[in-house]
Amino acid sequence: MATITGNLNERPARARRGSSSLQRLGELAIESLIRLCGYSAILFVFGIFFFVFREGAPMLFGGLDLVKFFTSTDWNPVSKTPSYGILGLLAGTASVTLLSMALAVPLGLGAAVFVSEFCSPKIKEALKIAIEMLAAIPSIVWGFIAYMMLNPLIIWATGAPVGLNVLNASIILALMSVPVIVSVGEDALKAVPDSYREAALALGASRWEIVYRVLFPAAKNGLLAAVLLGIGRAIGETMAVLMATGNANQIPTSPLDRVQTLTATIAAELGEAVQGDDHYRVLFVIGILLFVIAFVVNLSADLIVRGIRGKQNA
Amino acid sequence: MKPITATIVTALSVVCAAVLVFVAGCAPSAGGHDGTIRITGSDTMVNLAQAWAEAYQDEKPDVSCQVRGGGSGVGIAALIGGKVDIAPASRAMSEAEMKQAEEKTGKRPKEIIVGSDALAIYVHKECPLDAISIEELDQVYGEGGKIEKWQQLGVDDPACPSGEIIRVSRQNNSGTYVYFRDAVLGKDGQYKQGTTALSGSSDVVDLVGNTPCAMGYSGMGYFDAAKVKMLKVGKKKGDEAVSPTLATALDGSYPIARPLYIYTLGEPTGAVAEFIDWILSRQGQQIVKDVGYVPREIPPGESKPGEPTPAEKPAPEDQPKA
Repeated sequence: MATITGNLNERPARARRGSSSLQRLGELAIESLIRLCGYSAILFVFGIFFFVFREGAPMLFGGLDLVKFFTSTDWNPVSKTPSYGILGLLAGTASVTLLSMALAVPLGLGAAVFVSEFCSPKIKEALKIAIEMLAAIPSIVWGFIAYMMLNPLIIWATGAPVGLNVLNASIILALMSVPVIVSVGEDALKAVPDSYREAALALGASRWEIVYRVLFPAAKNGLLAAVLLGIGRAIGETMAVLMATGNANQIPTSPLDRVQTLTATIAAELGEAVQGDDHYRVLFVIGILLFVIAFVVNLSADLIVRGIRGKQNA
Repeated sequence: MKPITATIVTALSVVCAAVLVFVAGCAPSAGGHDGTIRITGSDTMVNLAQAWAEAYQDEKPDVSCQVRGGGSGVGIAALIGGKVDIAPASRAMSEAEMKQAEEKTGKRPKEIIVGSDALAIYVHKECPLDAISIEELDQVYGEGGKIEKWQQLGVDDPACPSGEIIRVSRQNNSGTYVYFRDAVLGKDGQYKQGTTALSGSSDVVDLVGNTPCAMGYSGMGYFDAAKVKMLKVGKKKGDEAVSPTLATALDGSYPIARPLYIYTLGEPTGAVAEFIDWILSRQGQQIVKDVGYVPREIPPGESKPGEPTPAEKPAPEDQPKA
């Protein structure tokens, strides 16, 4: 098809015909390459899910006592009578995530409001660069900061016996998720039409009232998506929390207790587990669990974002 | 913009998952046999293995060694997978692991004792406690144990106002973790939940050195007088407690001394065999001493090429010498 139309179109310019069909061939190649890149993402996601599931499935459907798995805190995978209870790990992940969000959400949304509504273009530029830098710091570096700086600081400030605990990990995770919350939150605020702001101003609203009464309700979904993406970041983080939490499997009763998270458990133990034995498979079951959690969080974020777009188009 | 960020986050989680997958697949990367000796295993022995490798390379520039830690379990798993030439281990390989290696590779791992270590109990350098017994350690670390506070050990440390003992342990793929459990907590012992698990021998010493309330265990080669002190250890409360030293580890009076092993797949050959002979020679054994562990014998004997098996080999399920 393509060659025929090409011939018809290019009859007058005979001399350029050769290079043109070559060009078209190149375009075709690049187009299919790009298409392949696009599809590969889907392929990878499914491939990885398949792999993680295949490694975990034999344990998930045979041998693993799921009730005990979710309700026991006994995690002794290399003992002579191994027990696989992840309640302590779940509590660890949940406590660290919740506290980090309690710190990151006000900070992140506050920063988003400031960047989007209050600051001058020059400061905005500088702030955005700084926030992007914050996002670019590798997680192992955050781990070092937790271990070397925050640890003594927390001991000094709170009198806790050891500074590697829920509070430490939450501060680090909060700092790691703030950039995500700021950039997505700022986009959501920017998407609110200026006519809203003008209308509010015309009614005599102060700037704070505009933010609180007009922008927040209007950008509600986008801001929620920002928070959910921040949560996703916090749940999935591994290296920094491995170093910051104190890595002790227990249900915390205060922010100064040490905990162990799901991700850190996989990171610390997978290297040892002999391929195919129970311990190895249970770690993959935890991987499946993390996959499901990440999927739910990302999907809700995505649906919420789509919700906003639908509304804006309507 | 929003969907792009969403995609980035999704992509990030995918990458994380991919990394997770690859960690399993290629933890010890398969190097070639072109004069490279691949060594992966015990974190207790990683400094020692590194020191061996450096000294040996000075002597034989054509041989290169690739040394990695990770834990005895990591090394043994890699050996079973045939991915390393030498697996240093601070615990003996179990019979089940030997069988697995034999099934997978057709070769039975060979065990060589290269020295020993007095497993030291570390506390902060200012800690008033000087000695502890195995019984007390069991009460501190073992599930169901009653000791939670420093006061129960008879000391009151003003630097640790809460009085709580912060138990520092190793992650469960560590040979030291397994050795301590078997030797101190007993055959069916478990660690108390809520014990901090660290991934490296030096991490234990660092954390204990920064934390007045902490107690931890690690190889004596990681002792650093600027941060920590080593407790004397006795068998029972009231028994005479013994400091971990070269002499007490060797004569068995220190109750938690353990052999340090290296494992190869089958009888070592070629460059690997030469390297192991060198490890067991006077130079190699001097390095064991320099790093802070106990050589196979004192004073170090003459080099014995071609005789890697030590004369007095303890049983595989080695308990601390009584």
